[in-house]
Amino acid sequence: MKVLVYPPNSLILTDLVERGGHEAVALMREIGEHVRDAEIDAPPLNVTEEDLKRALRYVSVEEPAGLKGRIGLLVPLLEEAEASVILSDAPPTFGCMGCAVADEFFKFLIRKKGIPTLEVKYEGGDKLEEAVEAIMAFLARLSQEGKATKSEKKG
Amino acid sequence: MTRVAQISCGTEYSGIQWLFNDIAEKVGIDLVYPEMELSQVDAACKGLGFTAESPSLNMMMARAVSMLEDPTIKGALLLTCFKCAEGTIVKDLVRRYLHERTDIPIISYSNVEKPKEIEIYARLEALATLITRKSLLMREKQEGITMGIDSGSSTTKAVVMKDDEIVGAGWQPTTDPRKSVDEVMETALKGAGLKRSDIEAIGVTGHGRELVGEHVKADLNLEEVSVIAKGAALLTKLHKGDATVIDIGGMNNKLILSRDGIANIFNLGGICGGSSGRFLEVASHRLDVDISELGQLALKSKEKHDLQSYCMVFGIQSLVVTLASGVKREDVAAAACRSVANQVYENQIQEMEVRPPIIFVGGVSLVEGVKKEFEKMLGVDIIVPPNSQYAGAVGIATLVSGV
Repeated sequence: MKVLVYPPNSLILTDLVERGGHEAVALMREIGEHVRDAEIDAPPLNVTEEDLKRALRYVSVEEPAGLKGRIGLLVPLLEEAEASVILSDAPPTFGCMGCAVADEFFKFLIRKKGIPTLEVKYEGGDKLEEAVEAIMAFLARLSQEGKATKSEKKG
Repeated sequence: MTRVAQISCGTEYSGIQWLFNDIAEKVGIDLVYPEMELSQVDAACKGLGFTAESPSLNMMMARAVSMLEDPTIKGALLLTCFKCAEGTIVKDLVRRYLHERTDIPIISYSNVEKPKEIEIYARLEALATLITRKSLLMREKQEGITMGIDSGSSTTKAVVMKDDEIVGAGWQPTTDPRKSVDEVMETALKGAGLKRSDIEAIGVTGHGRELVGEHVKADLNLEEVSVIAKGAALLTKLHKGDATVIDIGGMNNKLILSRDGIANIFNLGGICGGSSGRFLEVASHRLDVDISELGQLALKSKEKHDLQSYCMVFGIQSLVVTLASGVKREDVAAAACRSVANQVYENQIQEMEVRPPIIFVGGVSLVEGVKKEFEKMLGVDIIVPPNSQYAGAVGIATLVSGV
């Protein structure tokens, strides 16, 4: 299953999703495609007017440009995701979009999409192990549900 | 007085609340804050799926939920501060939330320090019409012989209708509104083979409707939003279900979401001439082509070029520079059409969920290049009905037959 991770640039969550046997939907790929695109010349992230326009499907034109740019980058991830793992209150080093409003709004968009979603709070220390266990259990359930759906289709 | 819920954040601190109250009173609206308990705020945020950092925005969501339980409220006005990122999100969420649960008309606006009185007036007046004239707006057929006049800021249009058919029409650029209307009335009557005394009732709409209405002794005078939505439904014969109406005129534009031919959410442009027919007129002049041929010229374009600005001044400057750099006229014509379509999309269409079918009316609907750009942008076919430039005149001619 395609599992969206949030924060969307979290290497740890991406790694956990892949270990759980799923495809991680993360920002690194989207950014990678942007920066490798030889046709675009808008360093450092190659975010262009088109990205901001794409965000307009979800946010108003009144929103500040930085918020539109962030949501514009995240829109393809949202539209592709079949499930998601959201880690709230994580420190910036864990993964971060750097904008509290974009952060809250994107989490809202994920919830509104109605896909299977696990929300875990980052509490650090020993609690982090519990969070990892919860994530792995969620990913295992997704695998089982995926198999069940496939066998239902076959039947 | 009609009770309209004000669901807002920041109007008191922006120093503009008095202006809303003042204009509301003039158009017969009693602005009220829906009653709610502070204990309901958390549940409301959960219901809408979003909790804001600003408590006032959370209260705004609670008022929206509470409003649905008050049957005396007939409309809603949503207001948050311009450029408030969270406020804009909440305003949009509330609009969608209400729209899914009620058919009452809703308008939204952004608080700025010096709001233009005319903009607020136009919105509240349209809201009042949609609430108080609903039974008239339900009319789906013109009867008898009536005349509809649309005294627009750029052109004046008139139609004579007989038994639900247009039998005469006339239009011309608006100069002195009274002189222009006399001339278009004469043209429309001549086309219909009728005399003024044959006309049973006259309706007026458009910017100049007050002056013109008095001049022609109109039987009905209505603002444009409700009339254009009705006109679009009549011209397409799509009287049932949802529709989106795009109206781009000579100097302003409107985006209206309608249900059963009656507007219920709308967004008015008019801040910038770059998204109006006037921009295309100036572009045609620079391209040395008549405005009626600009759209066809744009359809011949094979190479994409964009203008560097949407602005009437700098966009046209960019157009001249593009022409001087050797770009073909058809590619520049397409760029001008794209510029208008893009600006309408960014400032208006994207703020609402577009509900098919999309009906394009107003003078600019006759410029095929703009229709094509909208279709590419939205990925759906757009209907331009016959006589699309007469949507306002047809709407008011039909409505006045029910007075």
